[in-house]
Amino acid sequence: MATTDTPATAGTPAEPRHGLRMFLIWFILALAADLVIWFVWYPHIPPGRMSNSAMHQQFDITVLALSAAPVIIAVILYFVYAIVVWRVRPGDDSDGAPIYGNTKVQASWIVGTTLIVLWLFVFGTVELVVPHGAGAGEGPSPIWTPAGLTSAIWTPGGNKVLQVQVIGQQWTWTYRYPQFGGMESTELMLPVNTEVTFHVTSLDVIHSFWAYQLGVKADANPQVDNVAFTTPQALGSFVVRCSELCGIWHGAMFNYGLVEPQTAFQSWASGVQAKEQSDGVLAALPPFALTYDPTVIPQLGKTLTTVIGITGAPGYFYGPANPVQP
Amino acid sequence: MSVTARAVSLAVAFVVVVGLGVFVALFYIGQASSLPTVNYTASGGQVNVVLQEDPGNNTSSAPNWVTYYTQDPTTKDWLHTTLFSVPASTKVNVTIYGFDGCTPLRNNYFSQVQGTIGNTVTVTQFSKNNRPLGFPQTVSLINSWADCSVGHTFAIPAMNLYVPVPSPNAQNSQNNLCSSFPCTPASGGAYALETFSFMSPAHTGTFRWQCLIPCGGGFINGNGGPMQTLGFMAGFMDVVA
Repeated sequence: MATTDTPATAGTPAEPRHGLRMFLIWFILALAADLVIWFVWYPHIPPGRMSNSAMHQQFDITVLALSAAPVIIAVILYFVYAIVVWRVRPGDDSDGAPIYGNTKVQASWIVGTTLIVLWLFVFGTVELVVPHGAGAGEGPSPIWTPAGLTSAIWTPGGNKVLQVQVIGQQWTWTYRYPQFGGMESTELMLPVNTEVTFHVTSLDVIHSFWAYQLGVKADANPQVDNVAFTTPQALGSFVVRCSELCGIWHGAMFNYGLVEPQTAFQSWASGVQAKEQSDGVLAALPPFALTYDPTVIPQLGKTLTTVIGITGAPGYFYGPANPVQP
Repeated sequence: MSVTARAVSLAVAFVVVVGLGVFVALFYIGQASSLPTVNYTASGGQVNVVLQEDPGNNTSSAPNWVTYYTQDPTTKDWLHTTLFSVPASTKVNVTIYGFDGCTPLRNNYFSQVQGTIGNTVTVTQFSKNNRPLGFPQTVSLINSWADCSVGHTFAIPAMNLYVPVPSPNAQNSQNNLCSSFPCTPASGGAYALETFSFMSPAHTGTFRWQCLIPCGGGFINGNGGPMQTLGFMAGFMDVVA
């Protein structure tokens, strides 16, 4: 049968200061963990530092880890401390001491968690605003836009924002550059140290443009211009993946991009533009637009289903109800 | 229930669930691998791959799905498969018989021929009586929006190979398309004959290829059915040593 605890009497050894003990152990462990996170883990946290978006994401993850580690250590430390120090000794069948609340502990808990949540709220908001959406798609009307100037042309050193349209379709990506005559490419080339505005859209189902090392991720929805920003800061290649399940070859829907020196990018883009101009590709493409209706041939100004001459077998665009979804 | 009985029940349930998962996975893998692979071997440093695309097929389950066929190089039979192999570092000469009518590209950028030797293809139109309609044309662009000109595409994105495959032109398509599958030039269907070449990669591996035109009639926006099924508008090219 359980019995109530007997109050300490004179001559009983004084209870050690558990709170101070735990605090000291926690402080040492938390400091060690945060030092390891900052100096060892931080430089290797993905997605790296290839762009300002990626750099901010790496910093955000590090700060969250720095914030979370002391909390996790506190919880585990208390758990282990309680098991070790307050475990039931062999032969001890007595009840634990009755506890009716502890104002200091409750106040500490409320204040501590409130501060943590407020800190995360403020930090998260700042880290969304400063890097202009943190590399995520902001929809067609972005709230946070970069300060760079937009222009109909882009030249090296001109401090202008480069516009790149990302077009997803089953199961490949293409990229249009409106400042280079609307030329299109299967390769995503970007100039270093240049603000880039991605206009992400789709011609069929929902895809998601994920330029991993650049820290850019934006859904590609048909009929929607999803805008994301970044500034590449390092030369090299990066991988582009689709991160929205989009059909049988979703897993194979990836290619590689390259961040080049500004002059090399200018040379590449101008060369592709000139070739597509001479080959008739630019004339075959629809005029650059932020979204496309794939059921319409812009050059003819007509809906594909009614264009005279497009009458093969079947010879027309398959609409949403053609004839029925099985 | 005893602890032993509960443990046994838990173990049995675990095995059943895992077994079901493995069965489903193997079932689908088995389905994919049930298609025959046509092996093309090189002769004189070159290999000749022959394909055709038809407005229908000879299956009983989905006879109205558009499809590719692959020709067996030995028997010359048309096999209903989209799996074939070619040697590495070899010039691959591709011949495609376009028996299907036209469907416009979603992205007309792929009207441009990319990745072939010279970035061109050679096209000849034939009547339903197998008579050539003009001389072969070597072109770098087949504008699918300009007229009824492109039926499907042959694309291997990992190799940056994008080839629009012409269809019989609009007039030639009218009531002239082949209706007995697989089609043959002598079977009475109008067609477009396309040839092009590319170099196979130096390293071995499996490269997926696909049609970029949503040609799955009967499915939302044409994206389903044959577009999503190996053996129809999706396939693999194995590059072997």
